[in-house]
Amino acid sequence: MTNPSTPALSATTEKVKAGLQKRYNRERRFRWYGLISIAVSLLFLVILLTDITYKALPAFSQHYIKLDIHFNTDKLGVTAQSTPEQIRKADYSVLVNDALLQLFPNATDRNQKRALKNIVSTNAPYQLQNMALADARVLGTTQSVWFLSNDDADLYYREGNERIKAFEAQWLDELHAKGLVEKRFNTALFTNGDSREPEQAGILSALVGSFFTIALTLSLSFPIGLAAAIYLEEFAPKNNFWVDLVEVNINNLAAVPSIVFGLLGLAVFIQFFGVPRSTPLVGSLVLTLITLPTIIIASRAAIKSVPPSIRQAALGLGASKVQTVFHHVVPLAMPGVLTGTIIGMAHALGETAPLLMIGMVAFIIDVPQTITDPAAVLPVQIYLWADSPERAFTAKTSAAILILLVFLVCMNLLAVILRKRFERRW
Amino acid sequence: MSTITSLNPMLDAMSRAESRDEFSAAITHTVGNPLLDDPKYKTRSVNVFYAGGKQAIFDVDLDIGRNEVIAMIGPSGCGKSTYLRCLNRMNDTIPDAKVTGELLLDGADIYSKELDPVLLRARVGMVFQKPNPFPKSIYDNVAYGPRLHGLAKNRAELDEIVEESLKKAGLFKEVKDRLNSPGTGLSGGQQQRLCIARTIAVSPEVILMDEPTSALDPIATATIEELIEELRQSFTICIVTHSMQQAARISQRTAYFHLGKLVEVNDTNTLFTNPEHQLTENYITGRFG
Repeated sequence: MTNPSTPALSATTEKVKAGLQKRYNRERRFRWYGLISIAVSLLFLVILLTDITYKALPAFSQHYIKLDIHFNTDKLGVTAQSTPEQIRKADYSVLVNDALLQLFPNATDRNQKRALKNIVSTNAPYQLQNMALADARVLGTTQSVWFLSNDDADLYYREGNERIKAFEAQWLDELHAKGLVEKRFNTALFTNGDSREPEQAGILSALVGSFFTIALTLSLSFPIGLAAAIYLEEFAPKNNFWVDLVEVNINNLAAVPSIVFGLLGLAVFIQFFGVPRSTPLVGSLVLTLITLPTIIIASRAAIKSVPPSIRQAALGLGASKVQTVFHHVVPLAMPGVLTGTIIGMAHALGETAPLLMIGMVAFIIDVPQTITDPAAVLPVQIYLWADSPERAFTAKTSAAILILLVFLVCMNLLAVILRKRFERRW
Repeated sequence: MSTITSLNPMLDAMSRAESRDEFSAAITHTVGNPLLDDPKYKTRSVNVFYAGGKQAIFDVDLDIGRNEVIAMIGPSGCGKSTYLRCLNRMNDTIPDAKVTGELLLDGADIYSKELDPVLLRARVGMVFQKPNPFPKSIYDNVAYGPRLHGLAKNRAELDEIVEESLKKAGLFKEVKDRLNSPGTGLSGGQQQRLCIARTIAVSPEVILMDEPTSALDPIATATIEELIEELRQSFTICIVTHSMQQAARISQRTAYFHLGKLVEVNDTNTLFTNPEHQLTENYITGRFG
């Protein structure tokens, strides 16, 4: 390699040259390790998302069945002139049965009659009741109404269903052949609360419950966590036994299993303070305890990384300690604080175990209106649906996971935008 | 020559000294003219202790005159910065630092309980070694102090203070078109002048400068030095510097620190041309330091 015409290289240059190739190889190898690990994680992410999306797709559509309903005033016992109270009390299930019997007059024995009733969802009579209440003039007339199909029927139209009997399958095929079946977007998923009937079950109550819980958790843990971090980092005496004790405890709390916080919440918030259980209020109190250590630790690191020269500059101009902290240190630490908060909130959004302890596992149909209404949250809803025996809930579970992920992405996006705004001030 | 002879016992002790402590102990008193009539600052027996009982300053007696530039020189770790930071109680921010002795600003004890350090720092501004503008706009940097202390009644007055301060710091021409761009985007020398503008916007009586040009190139340094000469008309300036040439150029008096002790204080001319103390002479002739 050495050329006699070039001047002899110094000893150092020779040594450096000898090792150079090795160093470059090491660098290249390291870059490959990084690329491979990123590729592997991306692959798993793609597999996970594809799997969930594929499984969730059926939950976003629903089969509807069209029936000609004759609002028979004799069978209902009400007319267009009846009071709303009377119209409300009438039994509309008869109308649905009649319409189905008319289509399939050969259903005679009891089993078949019961099976016939199960073609449409159980909320069909309520749908008719609402129609009559909205406009009493429908009474006595015949209307074409689209009904939600039962989950078994829905499943049959999708992929076949071994649970339904041969005669039922025949009816369903017949309905389909007559063009009385239609697949539509499932709005119920977004507008209904939970239900025992898979076709009526929706995510709204859990979504609203999660929103209330997270909003309240954020508004509690962010100020408390930031204030604690500021105090510990800027004001607390250094090398003080009690301060060190607090610090050790905060670090310990970050590692405590979350279910322990659930038990604590049950014992302290519900039993001692009497906070109503299975509400966003008590849920957010418990989640605040869980997220606080994360936020405090991240905020302290962010505050510590603000250059001391900024503090000195402010102090040198005659700013007081508090002014220095709030005018300069906190704004500069904000991106780091927000990062910690995002991690904490994402953690809180996905937390399930402690919420089971404080009753948020309850079966909640109504959409919560305030933070003291009983509510479910998304992860608990996923847990409940995953636990349900009906096959249609499998798709619902995946759909709920997707919605949870979308919620999470929206939340993180907001935080990233906020962080960008603070970062621009450098 | 008589003064040198009288110092002989001290010099002998120094030459015998084997450790840093012994050497330090051998510096028994300050020579030259540390005291003045009617000084701005009057400091007596100032001692500073850091955590672990480590003493950084030993019994410093020094007066700082009105509208003078006093330079503090000495080798690294000699305590000149520490002494400077006593003058606006910046040492308070260091945990476990303790300052004893008497420090009077216009006859009032600055370490007394009645005197608020915030008020003191509004009267005694400070410029640091590394330019440290706030990560805000140039305007907000200069306006921060006046806003903090409520010096301007309205926006117009604040604008005037900002413009005036930037002019005094010799920066206005360079930045007048971009007052709203970030102060951290300026060059090193401009940043330091911005920090000076920020300091004088509060109209302090004294400006402390802790090696203000050590991070700057010669041209920026020259600009700042000219600026100091102008600022002397309205402020008292204490400047710590590593550069003896700088001390000689800009100051009227010079104090030489060594191992936490004030060795010699004199008119700058006298100190550099005819140092009384052997250590001073060794330092300014470049034998150590």
